[in-house]
Amino acid sequence: MARAFTPKVVTANHLLEGDVIYMTASGDWTRDLAEAELLTDEAVADERLIAAQQQTAVTVGAYLADAIAGDDGRPAPTHFREEFRRTGPSNYFHGKQAEA
Amino acid sequence: MYQYNEFDSAFLAERNRQFRAQVERRIDGSLTEDEFRPLRLMNGLYLQLHAYMLRVAIPYGTLSSDQMDTLAVLAEKWDKGYGHFTTRQNIQYNWPKLKDVPDMLDELAKVNMHAIQTSGNTIRNVTADHFSGAAADEVADPRPIAELIRQWSTDHPEFQALPRKFKIAVSGAINNDRAVIKAHDIGIYIVENDAGELGYQIVVGGGLGRTPMIGKVLKDFVTQEDLLSYLEATVSVWNLLGRRDNKYKARIKITVHEHGIEEIQRRVEERFALIRPTFQGFDVKLLEEIKEHFASPAFRSASTDAYEAAYNADPLFRSWVDTNLAAHKQDDYAIVTISLKKHGATPGDASAAQMRVMADIARNYAHNELRISHEQNVILPHVHKSDLPDIYAALKEADLHTANIGLISDIIACPGMDYCALATARSIPVAEQIAERFDELKIEHDIGHVQIKISGCINACGHHHVGHIGILGLDRAGVENYQITLGGDATNTAAVGQRVGPGFAYDEIVPAIERIIEGYLEMRESADETFIETYRRVGLDAFKGYIYPEARANAA
Repeated sequence: MARAFTPKVVTANHLLEGDVIYMTASGDWTRDLAEAELLTDEAVADERLIAAQQQTAVTVGAYLADAIAGDDGRPAPTHFREEFRRTGPSNYFHGKQAEA
Repeated sequence: MYQYNEFDSAFLAERNRQFRAQVERRIDGSLTEDEFRPLRLMNGLYLQLHAYMLRVAIPYGTLSSDQMDTLAVLAEKWDKGYGHFTTRQNIQYNWPKLKDVPDMLDELAKVNMHAIQTSGNTIRNVTADHFSGAAADEVADPRPIAELIRQWSTDHPEFQALPRKFKIAVSGAINNDRAVIKAHDIGIYIVENDAGELGYQIVVGGGLGRTPMIGKVLKDFVTQEDLLSYLEATVSVWNLLGRRDNKYKARIKITVHEHGIEEIQRRVEERFALIRPTFQGFDVKLLEEIKEHFASPAFRSASTDAYEAAYNADPLFRSWVDTNLAAHKQDDYAIVTISLKKHGATPGDASAAQMRVMADIARNYAHNELRISHEQNVILPHVHKSDLPDIYAALKEADLHTANIGLISDIIACPGMDYCALATARSIPVAEQIAERFDELKIEHDIGHVQIKISGCINACGHHHVGHIGILGLDRAGVENYQITLGGDATNTAAVGQRVGPGFAYDEIVPAIERIIEGYLEMRESADETFIETYRRVGLDAFKGYIYPEARANAA
């Protein structure tokens, strides 16, 4: 039996900056996971991913990352790797955590 | 130190010009990422978890003061003020922007440095014993052949699309291997034969990663005249024989394992006989020229009275001297290892300011030379003992005076999940916490020599397989989990560590390491018996009761 689809966000690294970006509901890009579109429909998620991969002047390595609706209903990571991508390294206060 | 000639400089300038154009074409959309990726990798540019990462080669770990200053410029101008020295004697910058990388490479070229072949399926940066040219126990300085191999392997037309990456290391001290020779695709020991001639013992098929293997001797003695042609024959045999169908079986260690060392020896000899006549002596002439660049500095003599007075008067200085110095081939000189392992800090990281301090010390006191060790520390290879008190004072001011070389807090750690896109768990915070714990316990010097090596994934950049205590970070069902191995050895008596049993959660790993050390302290016969000696005497099972006390309690 196919595994049930779990919610996702479209994420990638930015071509020029190299940092983590997420796709919003309007198809733009944000650097804040909370502003990303939480995709609960598998067909829509696949479509959004293709759209992201086609934006080769903006994205590198786009993929669907697992996410859940946080307390405020906005996307939050489910895996520690995505938590680090959302915030930055734990040994220095660098990356997104320092830019927020 | 090697100085670029006109050819080297022109080659590098052209290569940098090409890469600049490739970056421009990627940015303007003429190149897709699939087209650009192999090009950027060949120039050391990765895309990691949070940003691009530029890996700059420090060939055989040797740096001049000017080169170290340039590394500081890159850290300050295009990064966040620091760099990370790696287990392959490279430096990595964690935060460059794509458009800036060509400028970074041009800046490096000004001081004869580059990032060529620090990635990709090529012959990588050649590494060497970090005490080369200074150690009392080496038969010859391995850096001239390391430089020869660098020149031969750079842009070598036959070896730009190998089955997989290929790593070569060299050492002139077969009885005191500091360069992990037996964990390389090819390892070279400079040896002396019965006739007193220098030549090379070639070790092949070592490697860490998901299938750790200790290298086997391919040939006991290769003459200086035959070295390059013999290496070329070896890489050439693997290039044809190595498996391209499965990247996990592509390294030469698997080729040697599958075909057997005798068959590889036979094929290499066959290939060698074919290509040897095409090497007509230019390589030997070039090696002689290169050797001139590596002449020993003009050692001086001076009174060491002030050093001895400071040693007797200042216990902190004495502790640093006793811990961080190694024997130099020259009387009254010492090899100084500067620890980049301050307790609680990221192993291998140095700020731009610290890089400048180290460059200045080398400039003022240490014949302008620095080395980077695979253990992620910085070495001043030639220091007259009379200068040690001043050097210690300067290091102290820059917070570089930690006296812990070879001790439990001198930990190798890969960048792990904090930076690396391949990682399955964090390494750096584990290293930081272990170092802090044993510093708080104040038993580090009592424990003595022990090597902890931590990798954040199975690829083993942190050399965990050959750590006396190895730690491997994995992702177990979405949670960080750490496996421990014991009994690994990175020296000429190389061995792969044995897994102790079930892994530990992130918050359980430091207490587990503490229990292992508690076991060692209880079981050692005397303070002179090191951790690895005790381990070899008592075996893995004797440690298990300490590592898993609940199992011991249940069994009782």
